[in-house]
Amino acid sequence: MAVLNDEQTMLRDMAREWADNEAPTTAFRKMRDAAPVEGYDADAWAAMGQMGWAGVIIPEEFGGSAFGYLSLGLVLEQLGRNLAASPLAATAAASTAIALGDNEAAKAEWLPRIAAGEIVATLAIDEGPVHDPAKTATRVTDGKLTGTKQFVAEGDGAQLFVVSAVDGLYLVSGDVGVSRSARHMADSRSHAQVVFDGAKAEKLGGTDLTAKVVDRATAALCAEMLGMAEQAFAVTNDYLKVRVQFGQQLSTFQALQHRMAKMFTELELARSAVEGALEAIDAGRSDVDQAVSLAKAIMGDTLHLVSREMVQLHGGIGMTDEHDAGLYLKRAYVLETMWGNAAWHRERFARLNGY
Amino acid sequence: MATAAELDVSVNPLDAFRTEVREWLAANFPPALKGKDNAMSAIDGPTDLSADEAAWKKAMGDKGWGVPTWPAQYGGGGLDRGQARVLQEEMGRIGAWNPIGGMGVMMFGPTLLEYGNEAQKSEHIPAIAKGEVRWCQGYSEPGAGSDLASLQMFAEDKGNHYVVNGQKTWTSGGQWADKCFALVRTDKSKKHEGISFLLIDMTSPGVEVKPIRLISGSSPFCETFFTDVKVPKENLVGQEGEGWTIGKRLLQHERQNLSGGGSAAGRMFAGKSVSALAKEYRGLDDQGRVTDSDLRMRIVRHEMDSRAFMLTLRRAALESKSNQGPSAATSIMKNVGARITQDRAELSIEIMGMNGLGWEGEGFTDEELTQTRTWLWGKAVSIYGGSSEIQNNVIAKRILGMLDHQ
Ligand SMILES: Cc1cc2nc3c(=O)[nH]c(=O)nc-3n(C[C@H](O)[C@H](O)[C@H](O)COP(=O)(O)OP(=O)(O)OC[C@H]3O[C@@H](n4cnc5c(N)ncnc54)[C@H](O)[C@@H]3O)c2cc1C
Repeated sequence: MAVLNDEQTMLRDMAREWADNEAPTTAFRKMRDAAPVEGYDADAWAAMGQMGWAGVIIPEEFGGSAFGYLSLGLVLEQLGRNLAASPLAATAAASTAIALGDNEAAKAEWLPRIAAGEIVATLAIDEGPVHDPAKTATRVTDGKLTGTKQFVAEGDGAQLFVVSAVDGLYLVSGDVGVSRSARHMADSRSHAQVVFDGAKAEKLGGTDLTAKVVDRATAALCAEMLGMAEQAFAVTNDYLKVRVQFGQQLSTFQALQHRMAKMFTELELARSAVEGALEAIDAGRSDVDQAVSLAKAIMGDTLHLVSREMVQLHGGIGMTDEHDAGLYLKRAYVLETMWGNAAWHRERFARLNGY
Repeated sequence: MATAAELDVSVNPLDAFRTEVREWLAANFPPALKGKDNAMSAIDGPTDLSADEAAWKKAMGDKGWGVPTWPAQYGGGGLDRGQARVLQEEMGRIGAWNPIGGMGVMMFGPTLLEYGNEAQKSEHIPAIAKGEVRWCQGYSEPGAGSDLASLQMFAEDKGNHYVVNGQKTWTSGGQWADKCFALVRTDKSKKHEGISFLLIDMTSPGVEVKPIRLISGSSPFCETFFTDVKVPKENLVGQEGEGWTIGKRLLQHERQNLSGGGSAAGRMFAGKSVSALAKEYRGLDDQGRVTDSDLRMRIVRHEMDSRAFMLTLRRAALESKSNQGPSAATSIMKNVGARITQDRAELSIEIMGMNGLGWEGEGFTDEELTQTRTWLWGKAVSIYGGSSEIQNNVIAKRILGMLDHQ
């Protein structure tokens, strides 16, 4: 665990307590079965807004607390542990685009509202099923944006879209020229196809901004994945200590002990990589791109391993919908895929290092 | 020693048989059903058969070719292995498939043929051969999974019948089954030797099934409760206390099927290969390579694993045919088969990206939606029929002679 200051420790503890009391996996199930159009738990989101979580990375002058990415990561990690269905990660990513861009009017208009938790915002980057920010056909002419974005997280409920076009990032805040179609995916969260047909758009910055923002969104996602993996591991470890077969607890079998030890090892490495990426962002380092690819590749592989082992080591019960293992498995594969999977980031890491 | 006829291909006796098969298939297999294999419905749930499907099932059932090597006196095809292979080849050639399936065919039938008495075989085998009766497997209990022999469901001796009380779980197809082959305890003082193999009619009073939903969204298995269920003594297979031996033999048949022996192998490799899928979804670079080099290497590894597995299946078949006894290679089949099945699903989804993770509704092709469910369902392959961990324990102990932790 990164060395935290007092504020961060408090934030983490509060987030953990809140997630355990107010957003356990049973709350996610309830949301899933009720299937609201927006794809998240509106009450929970309102509570997060009141706690100031939407403003953790927003500058103080715009109503945020400017705690930074490591702090945002601490919150997302706690939410990820319980699969809390919130638009926090998407909204934070969009707010980064506004904050890092050079459109001062947009900052003044939107950041305070986002910080107050009034607005759900999201990034609309990919135009196909596999992450590839370079493959962008979306264009803006005379302030009107046209293009089709796929699998936009929180796209069903977002009021504000940060959209990538060939020449950079744009903000689309209106409904005119925007149509969304839900994409029901295995993780039961919101992913929409969003078609922009001459939607009014304001420029936030060039393609360098797009890259910067996607890296930050990816780092935040890694924190959520870390929380999921930690919890999937903990639940499995606990189960092996109570399930008895052959007259003894499963945890007494060395074959399983070593499997758990291996996962624990991978998790420690993943935590370092994820916290490393978040810290690199906070420190304003120039190698954020590398740190993020390292984090996403290692975190992706680790979550892949742990979520699959969770099902396997629970045996038959792990295959049932009634148990949480399947929820982690399904969400894991979606997040592994989002913003580039492990293979994609390994490739990018090689490129960034000149080989 | 091979006979002269076997050595001389020109007078291969199988040729005449091949002609007969070809003619029979031409007359009986409805061409409209080509490639539309729905045999898994025998486990996955009842399907309304189309007229063509019903006719095809009846034809194969009457001929006994759904269970080609079972004895003809019980409604089987009575074919030898060579003939059965010819039948399979000829069916494959025209896209015909076996409409007779399920646990009766895969596991219970072969076991009953070995251990059942005359009355039991005459009663149950023909109905399985015709695909008229569905069987389910009552082995696992909430407290007895990998440690199956710790099962508690008790059959109390009441003279001419037993009274059964207890619970089974993960009973695949329990809600659709007509009958259940169950492992029950007839003696509480012994572990393995206290187990018996009993056939239970699922329509008996006191049998209750409660379907359980899987992570893939379907409900193909059940919790099954037995309360004072009366079971006639004639339904005991073998002797009291012999259930563990018989039950294990049945598991061998189950594993052989799961590992890709029999028709499962065809199904495992049916459809598009992962490399074909990658070409379609990811495209090739200007040198003809799948563009994602990391993915490409993992596809190669998977496809090489699959080839090696097929070669191993073939080698094991040849070795056992040449009467060297069961090949040691059979012990690895279930785990390798499970791994390949799961790798294939994982890779397919990775290739499809977000399209491979669709659940329902607009925006996904049928192929993509099926892929998601196949992936999730496939997680069970390394759990049921003896988990991969248990298989590895078996390899370590039985094949490698390793000792238990003292
Ligand atoms: C889809 C599906 C269909 C099924 N259909 C049927 C059916 O029709 N009829 C039926 O009777 N049963 C059925 N089963 C049950 C299946 O056989 C059991 O799930 C299986 O035997 C594992 O038992 P368990 O679930 O109790 O897991 P457990 O035995 O509790 O095992 C949990 C985990 O611990 C591991 N483990 C256990 N013991 C050891 C050990 N000694 N060393 C190392 N690792 C160990 C296991 O491998 C597993 O990973 C089905 C299961 C599934 C998932």
